[in-house]
Amino acid sequence: MNVRVGDIIKLENNQFVAADLLLLCSSEPHGLCYIETAELDGETNMKVRQAIPVTSELGDTSKLARFDGEVICEPPNNKLDKFGGTLYWKENKYPLSNQNMLLRGCVLRNTEWCFGLVIFAGPDTKLMQNSGRTKFKRTSIDRLMNTLVLWIFGFLVCMGVILAIGNAIWEHEVGVCFQIYLPWDEGVHSAFFSGFLSFWSYIIILNTVVPISLYVSVEVIRLGHSYFINWDKKMYCAKRRTPAEARTTTLNEELGQVEYIFSDKTGTLTQNIMVFSKCSVNGHSYGDVQDMLGHKAELGERPEPVDFSFNPLADPRFQFWDPSLLEAVKLGDPHVHEFFRLLSLCHTVMSEEKSEGELYYKAQSPDEGALVTAARNFGFVFRSRTPKTITVHELGQAITYQLLAILDFNNIRKRMSVIVRSPEGKIRLYCKGADTILLERLHPVNQDLTNVTTDHLNEYAGEGLRTLVLAYKDLEEGYYQDWSERLHRAGSAPEAREDRLARLYDEVEHDMMLLGATAIEDKLQQGVPETIAILTLANIKIWVLTGDKQETAVNIGYSCKMLTDDMTEVFVITGHTVLEVREELRKAREKMMDSSRSMGNGFSYQEKLSSSKLTSVLEAIAGEYALVINGHSLAHALEADMEVEFLETACACKAVICCRVTPLQKAQVVELVKKYKKAVTLAIGDGANDVSMIKTAHIGVGISGQEGIQAVLASDYSFSQFKFLQRLLLVHGRWSYLRMCKFLCYFFYKNFAFTMVHFWFGFFCGFSAQVRCWLLTLAVGGRQFLWESRAQKRIPTVYDQYFITLYNIVYTSLPVLAMGVFDQDVPEQRSMEYPKLYEPGQLNLLFNKREFFICIAQGIYTSVLMFFIPYGVFADATRDDGAQLADYQSFAVTVATSLVIVVSVQIGLDTGFWTAINHFFIWGSLAAYFAILFTMHSDGLFQMFPNQFRFVGNAQNTLAQPTVWLTIALTTVVCIMPVVAFRFLKLDLKPELSDTVEERGAAAAGGRSRQLAEGNTLHLRRLRYEDSGRYSCSAGGRPLRSLRLLVEEPPETPRVSCYRRSHDKDVLCEWPQRAKPSPGTRATLWVKRRFSAENATEQRCRYFSKARKFVCRVKVPPGADDTKPLVVSTCVNNGAGGSAGEDRIITLSSVLKPDPPLNVTVEALEKAPQRLRVNWSYPSSWDPRFYWLRFQVRYRPEPAQTFTEVDQVTTTWLDIRDAWRGTRHVVQVRAQEEFGHGTWSEWSREAVGTPWTDPRDLTSEMGPFSSQFPTEDGTYWVTLPPELFQEDDAADAGGAVVEASARSTASPYAFLGIALFVGIVVR
Amino acid sequence: MKNKTSFPPQEGEARPSRCPDNSAFKQQKLPAWKPQLTIATVLSSFFLIGAFCLAVGVCLVLSANSVREIQIDYSDKCSDCSKLRENSSNWNKECHCSVNFTLKEDILGDVFMYYGLQNFYQNHRRYVISRSDAQLLGRNVNIQKSYCAPFTTYRNGTPMAPCGAIANSMFNDTIDLFYNLNSSVIQVPLLRTGNSWWTDKNVKFRNPESYNLSSAFAGTARPPYWQKPVYLLDEEDERNNGYINDDFIIWMRVSAFATFRNLYRRVRRIRQFADGLPAGNYTFHISYNFPVTKFKGRKHVILSTVVWSGGSNPFLGIAYVVTGTAATLAGFVITAIHLKLRKKKTYFQK
Repeated sequence: MNVRVGDIIKLENNQFVAADLLLLCSSEPHGLCYIETAELDGETNMKVRQAIPVTSELGDTSKLARFDGEVICEPPNNKLDKFGGTLYWKENKYPLSNQNMLLRGCVLRNTEWCFGLVIFAGPDTKLMQNSGRTKFKRTSIDRLMNTLVLWIFGFLVCMGVILAIGNAIWEHEVGVCFQIYLPWDEGVHSAFFSGFLSFWSYIIILNTVVPISLYVSVEVIRLGHSYFINWDKKMYCAKRRTPAEARTTTLNEELGQVEYIFSDKTGTLTQNIMVFSKCSVNGHSYGDVQDMLGHKAELGERPEPVDFSFNPLADPRFQFWDPSLLEAVKLGDPHVHEFFRLLSLCHTVMSEEKSEGELYYKAQSPDEGALVTAARNFGFVFRSRTPKTITVHELGQAITYQLLAILDFNNIRKRMSVIVRSPEGKIRLYCKGADTILLERLHPVNQDLTNVTTDHLNEYAGEGLRTLVLAYKDLEEGYYQDWSERLHRAGSAPEAREDRLARLYDEVEHDMMLLGATAIEDKLQQGVPETIAILTLANIKIWVLTGDKQETAVNIGYSCKMLTDDMTEVFVITGHTVLEVREELRKAREKMMDSSRSMGNGFSYQEKLSSSKLTSVLEAIAGEYALVINGHSLAHALEADMEVEFLETACACKAVICCRVTPLQKAQVVELVKKYKKAVTLAIGDGANDVSMIKTAHIGVGISGQEGIQAVLASDYSFSQFKFLQRLLLVHGRWSYLRMCKFLCYFFYKNFAFTMVHFWFGFFCGFSAQVRCWLLTLAVGGRQFLWESRAQKRIPTVYDQYFITLYNIVYTSLPVLAMGVFDQDVPEQRSMEYPKLYEPGQLNLLFNKREFFICIAQGIYTSVLMFFIPYGVFADATRDDGAQLADYQSFAVTVATSLVIVVSVQIGLDTGFWTAINHFFIWGSLAAYFAILFTMHSDGLFQMFPNQFRFVGNAQNTLAQPTVWLTIALTTVVCIMPVVAFRFLKLDLKPELSDTVEERGAAAAGGRSRQLAEGNTLHLRRLRYEDSGRYSCSAGGRPLRSLRLLVEEPPETPRVSCYRRSHDKDVLCEWPQRAKPSPGTRATLWVKRRFSAENATEQRCRYFSKARKFVCRVKVPPGADDTKPLVVSTCVNNGAGGSAGEDRIITLSSVLKPDPPLNVTVEALEKAPQRLRVNWSYPSSWDPRFYWLRFQVRYRPEPAQTFTEVDQVTTTWLDIRDAWRGTRHVVQVRAQEEFGHGTWSEWSREAVGTPWTDPRDLTSEMGPFSSQFPTEDGTYWVTLPPELFQEDDAADAGGAVVEASARSTASPYAFLGIALFVGIVVR
Repeated sequence: MKNKTSFPPQEGEARPSRCPDNSAFKQQKLPAWKPQLTIATVLSSFFLIGAFCLAVGVCLVLSANSVREIQIDYSDKCSDCSKLRENSSNWNKECHCSVNFTLKEDILGDVFMYYGLQNFYQNHRRYVISRSDAQLLGRNVNIQKSYCAPFTTYRNGTPMAPCGAIANSMFNDTIDLFYNLNSSVIQVPLLRTGNSWWTDKNVKFRNPESYNLSSAFAGTARPPYWQKPVYLLDEEDERNNGYINDDFIIWMRVSAFATFRNLYRRVRRIRQFADGLPAGNYTFHISYNFPVTKFKGRKHVILSTVVWSGGSNPFLGIAYVVTGTAATLAGFVITAIHLKLRKKKTYFQK
């Protein structure tokens, strides 16, 4: 189809919009039409577009044909939510906005047809403007390889230069004298020129060191890996009939190095199916799947779903597992009835009844559809609606409600209501909305019910469900009439209409009665949480970039376990201006640092750190944080001056969620990480809005099988389920990386071993590798193959000329290719079980410059032995029949044979996985070598081409010599044994994880475990926490059973105390521990306002082993009322049980406890022998700009025991007027909030001073007038006791979170209460 | 969600299944042997190899020690001749010299006589290629195409037979050995054939076909440094003449290094020499033709016996002993390291 600007296009229902269109008219009234924008922004709810009134009447083609308007609009851009233009038609101007536009990539829904005028087509469309440029993708190994090849080339030139200089010197010193037997070539008149020529010919001879065949082999290996991905049955989705597909063959090994994953949400993490899963009605929660005994059942053993057959109108696809709800409906529980009545009335869903009883709902958002469907199945069937009525079948009885008003949903109200008049004439308002909003608008009599419902809501939210609260309110006829009158007036008001409407809505939606709450499951794709958990364990950071709303995104974050309740804090950044965003980012960073520092090493920081310092600190952050950022904030955060700040903050977080982002922003985020983090990034998505990100990331993965294939077309890999990602990365990626690295190491090794022999031989043959000038021109012309073959024919080197040609192609290429394609270090299950195995790839440990040099060094070592051992043997030796042994040809055969054998043994060592193919290639290569050798040296070939095959008879004569075989054997032993020794020692002393995993696998398979030797019982003496784990038992190489052992001790009951250092500081709550808690112990603290329905905030507490305390930091929301009571609850639990502390009721002001005053000094006053002046300063944690401190000073003369106290000091100094003459006084100060809130601080450090003494009766002991303790080292003014700060610096520096892990062995008596939980899993 | 996914079943079955095959190859589940470097295999290989190398090394050293060898450098002893040869215009003047030596003990067994050259770069690239194997195979070829230059043809166009630098520089000293027994001088009988490889003598080198040798080489000329044409290399033995002359063949098998020895003659074990060379005084009579002073070379004449491992060469034996010792020591070191330093591994852990 050739769509051009100015064309008018007809679209039909469910068609993709092909270009950016101006909507002219549609089948619906008022030129309305519905579109789904999932491909653009990931949102799946429908949006309404409306034609401008003048065009909406152009219903038929003849009118359209006469339409001759002119549109003037903005130039093409990438803003999806903005459009500005004007339509000139019939000498009138009509403004156009985004509301009139259908953008390419949308899908027409619920609209039979519509006509649109093409405004932008092709690359000008907003969709295309949003997709980034296609870049050529190369792997980091490729780039490294190119660098290395350049280095090798440099090395080659160096060798050439050395040999050329050698040649010049040789020709000058020796060759000149040798000219009688060997005159110089024509045209060569000086040794210098000869050296110059020999430089070029050595470049040609030694060019095998620059592995041309490397690139070909690498591509072959990658192709093989791509086929393995395509063939993988475990990545085949039977439901969608789509296998995984590697669409490029160049990126495979990069899959083993991914550090960041950027994922789309809709269609990637979620299936975009909403399911009504739970509800709470009148304080009773329904929807838990229960087994016979009434316990919550585990997944997988679900009983039969509830039978809805009583209801002929039920949707057969709907499933619910809790029969008690249906029983409640049948028993006629009025609350339940009202609950479902609300669901069937309060919505904007349209129904369609194609035949009797066959209902279809068209919902703007899938949530709403789910709720109405639920009501339908429970017997409250929404049947049809007109603008004035709604008809509902209530338990088989058709009831028509009069629809009086719809108070629609928007993002600020976060609720919607309907006002209906029942057939009895009662007017009732039904409202559903977000819990945060609705709970505040309830009638106070609901308090008890609210508390229960809030608990349920928290429970649902904890399971990642989307919750809505339902409420109703009866309206009196008179009030309603009045209100509706006012509504009508407000609706027709010319200005501030929205505001006035909102106020009216607000007024009526008040003092409502709570009905209950619903919980909808946004169905995740299969295995998403598990995949994310495993990928997180593999140290891959996952960022979700979605066009969806913040709440939805956060909900999904929770349900797919990206965000967890264990997280120290989730930062939400929603600033609208640059300054706000910067401030929010700064605060987030400070929080992170604050906790890591004050909890960590005890340095409180006062000055603002420079940003470079910031970075290093942020990297060492131990706590788990998450960041949620909104699209508009992201736009600011991505600006050049803030992007680094943003990135550092985001990267310090365990999870990052960006919501409401445009496709281009997605790409920008990826680009940002790529640019600054130098990490391998992977983007995964399914829609057209992900294309730009997929193209930008190092690796793009498309989810196929959904609608639209733009993402797949732009991607490098595609499959149909998010969960396949773990297999792609952890199995295929890891293997690819491993194989490629092993391949490269070996490849460089073998080429160096092969080529460097020439170099050494150069020193013994007069550096004589010379070519004629015409060859030179060919060489310069770069016709590699030609000159290579010519040169090799012409230049006798150490080897037989054919050996050089065949070495790389026949003798050594196939075994290493087989290793590169088939090698496996650990079985695939293990790489899933031990995600840590993925780490070497991320750190790039297996092939980097260091490894390269090791390979090269090994190659050079081999080449040295390969030349000098035969040289040593052959120099003076003779054959066993007396003839000369050291002839040139025999030497060549010996060196070549030992080289082939050594590299074959080496590949045998490198190959960890000998399949039949490896065997065939390795043994086959050796056999081929000997077969070809004997053929080449045979009589027949020589008779035919005497000048080409001049090695005739050489093989059989040379290889018949025992000396030659002894030489080959010696060379092999000397080349290989050190490698074996080093490898073994490395394995023995510093085993890689993969080695130990493999060894365990082998041990399990071979039954070689020590403990088994003791019989068939395993005794664990001195049981320790570290003994937890999976134990398996095997016999005869077959695993029989495995079981998990958990060693933990029930936690102590927490006794919490809280304090706060200042008004603007967080509250710290702590409790002491007698013994070290078990490693798996989790301590959580909840804070909520007393007498309030709001959710409790939850904090994870950390254990500090030196202080033997659990400490939590309770964030005080800005603007919180200090006098309102808060309830602090604590709970400590682990695998062996849990215990909850008593709730403590605190107010923010009552826990105030300032730090002690600082810099207390005592000075004498001149000529006042009874006076002392005490000075001090505010503790640094207290900001005196808001509240002051009042102080208490106490002092005593040194001999006295009791202090004299002075109260109510508000200044930071005090004159003591009754000091003892000439006596040292000890002074201390403490502080309290000025109004007496909270408690006194600790006393400050003692300061001492002596009053002024008359110099006339100066006695010997007169010291300095003032004495002062040095100011502290900085740790002092932090409230935490000093011993806390010395806690495990090492652990913190290393970023370990759980510092209780296996550091010290718990003492034996601690194990009296140890509980063992042994679950037996039969394999 | 559209109902695209719910295709009618028969349509789905009609489509070829895109499900990958469940073959071991495609699922990367081929049965495989996974070798492991375990302490047992490593240590046993080190000790076995150590023992093997030591044994071989001791054998080699012992056998190399049993070889008797006499090496005489005659480049200085015949200084007159060498001076004469420095001037190439004296090429046709004969020059003889003799070198005496005494055998304190008998040399038993086969005795081989070599000439050795030092500093003669037979492995030089241009030297090695300067030959025409087709010509040496007796074929009538255009040697202009070979790499024989500048020893291809004379100015008048007469081709050289054989061509090339190797042939041209052939070693042409004649060495005879005399045994001085009680003031009488007995020439030691020497074999001049059977010294080269069978393949060289019978496959690689062939004389041109003709009714006699001189006519076969008609139209060619000897190389410039030769004193006689190729068909007069051995006038006594037809099967040792022309290209298939043993001395020539041996010379044409160029050496890998600049110092080398080529087999020249074998002592024929008859009469007094049936058991080898008896003790006594000997004299080499050398017809000195091959100039070496120009390129600072040396010439030797060597008498040697051989054993199964060839002639006297201590290198291999010593190398084996050293390697064997090193492997055994390494085995002990690895044992020690393994016992002392390795990470304790318990399989019963998660």
